[in-house]
Amino acid sequence: MSSGVPASGRSEGAEEIRRRDFLTRLCLGLSLFAGLIVAVPFVGFLIAPLLERVVQVWRPVGSVDQFAVGTTSKVSFVDSSPLPWAGVVARTAAWLRRDGPAQFVAFSVNCTHLGCPVRWLQDAELFLCPCHGGVYYKDGTVAAGPPPKPLPRYPVRVRNGQVEILTSPLPVTTVR
Amino acid sequence: MRDRLRRAWEVLDDRLGVSKTLGPVLRHPVPPTARWYYVLGSATLFAFIVQVVTGIALALMYIPSTNNAYQTLQFITHDAPFGRVLRGIHYWGASAMILLIGLHMARVFLMGAYKYPREANWLTGVVLFMVTIVIAFTGQLLRWDQTAVWTVAVTAEQAGRIPYIGGAIAHFVLAGDTWSGETLSRFYAFHVFFIPAIIFVFVGVHLWLVLHHGISEPPVAGRPVDPGTYRAWYHAMLEREGRPFWPDAAWRDVVFGVGIITAIVLLAVAVGPPQLDQPPDPTQLNADPRPDWYLLWYFAALALIPPKLENAFMIAGPLLAAVVLLAIPFVSNRGERSPSRRPWAVASVGVVCLMIATLWIAGVRAPWSPDFSARLLPEQVVGAASGPVAAGARLFHDKGCEYCHAIAGHGGNRGPDLTDVGDRLSTDQMTWRILNGGTNMPAFANNMTPQQLDELIAFLKSRVRR
Ligand code: FES
Repeated sequence: MSSGVPASGRSEGAEEIRRRDFLTRLCLGLSLFAGLIVAVPFVGFLIAPLLERVVQVWRPVGSVDQFAVGTTSKVSFVDSSPLPWAGVVARTAAWLRRDGPAQFVAFSVNCTHLGCPVRWLQDAELFLCPCHGGVYYKDGTVAAGPPPKPLPRYPVRVRNGQVEILTSPLPVTTVR
Repeated sequence: MRDRLRRAWEVLDDRLGVSKTLGPVLRHPVPPTARWYYVLGSATLFAFIVQVVTGIALALMYIPSTNNAYQTLQFITHDAPFGRVLRGIHYWGASAMILLIGLHMARVFLMGAYKYPREANWLTGVVLFMVTIVIAFTGQLLRWDQTAVWTVAVTAEQAGRIPYIGGAIAHFVLAGDTWSGETLSRFYAFHVFFIPAIIFVFVGVHLWLVLHHGISEPPVAGRPVDPGTYRAWYHAMLEREGRPFWPDAAWRDVVFGVGIITAIVLLAVAVGPPQLDQPPDPTQLNADPRPDWYLLWYFAALALIPPKLENAFMIAGPLLAAVVLLAIPFVSNRGERSPSRRPWAVASVGVVCLMIATLWIAGVRAPWSPDFSARLLPEQVVGAASGPVAAGARLFHDKGCEYCHAIAGHGGNRGPDLTDVGDRLSTDQMTWRILNGGTNMPAFANNMTPQQLDELIAFLKSRVRR
């Protein structure tokens, strides 16, 4: 950029050059500083979801006698910490299977292939996925199609005659 | 009056310096042979401007909260004056933008316009292409209906397949460990602030580069690009026969651009915006998420890829596409530009188009999806009102067979058509198949009584060509 300096006629001393050098560095340094102090909260806010702690709570989904032994039914519950403006999105569904008097299994509704909602066919005793035709048996194991893993399960327990499900993160199939 | 107006303009122009700054830019010389195929880039920009304008208008009423977004869209579509048309323009404008940017890119590639000295034009263009796809995709999510909600889940799942950091990225996409109040407002911010900002910057640089290097002249076979002499040759050519961009070349951009905008508005009025799906309730499982047309081919690829290759494909596929596109000007920035001397370039564009078209058709038909609307087969198809054949037909529906197998045009297409299976398979073969299943068929051994099996087979054996 030295061409922008007006030719004043006097030769530029070493000091002058050092001074310009210093001023350039000063401006760059100050800009970097200003950028950083704004960027830290910006980036922090952007990745805030990664910094939040996962909370899990038990949610009742119905009384024990609501579910006949040998059946699978859809239940729904509210997420662990719903935001006031979340609306219906705060709710999650699960497929609850009753295997015995006190034996319950809760399956995630998300296909392990790409997360589409699987549907239960009572007579066929199969879960079917609409997206790419994944099929699961009643115990959640893969029967056909692209799913790589059985349907994930939610922790479930019975308390005071109520079936309760532990809220859990959306099951995401990851690879290591 | 006229004189006074002119006088006023002269004063204004003098103080603002409009002609002085813009004049030379507008009148910069361009090759005289620049023709209609040069209008695709400017048309993409016109479509983008339409998107900005209609997007701002829609933002007047759209509320990016998971609780309200769907209702505000219903209101915009059905009640607000001009709301339907605005949504329509925004949708068809997005479609036009994707189509035009794709055509522009293919044109530039086929004519070798990315070669020296315009490598940076290509690179900025590739970035614009990629962010255009992302902005279109995030826009589809803002519809915040059933499809959008589940598409978010599908997106998170795909992100999750990235080795090691996939979980964190899925978390980032969802803005939490599952959908929540935060999910939508973030997609909104990406769609209306982050990505448009990137587009503005890169469009600016892209245009600056077009001016800086000049519009590439149409290629002539046998006139290769030589970085040593190209610039001098190009400028001499412009000096000899260049024409002012405005209006000699610009009129085509204007005519084509206005044509595109008119088509967008006409489609918005005549066809309207895409229908909203069911409300966004994650506990309603009758969802069938599918992307808009421009990503339907990718959806098909995900369904058709063998599961073993899937992880590699989901990560390496897009990555490879990006790397190849960005590498093009580094691999070949000199030599022949004419498509007639670059058979491999023409062939690769052909292959990509063919691949996308094939996958796209597959995506429209989606034969891999079970047919959830399958109903009990009508009596004239079954051919019996009672007895084992009729009972078997009922089982064929109730046990889910019909969701995947078609008979006389009823049912799904995931498995083989069974209209005349009685001619093809023996009783033993059928029994074995039903009890043990196959690669893409569940085993029914645990879910069928011997009597049911007999009835089902009686029905299937009666499926013969008449
Ligand atoms: S998401 Fe279920 S099969 Fe692909």
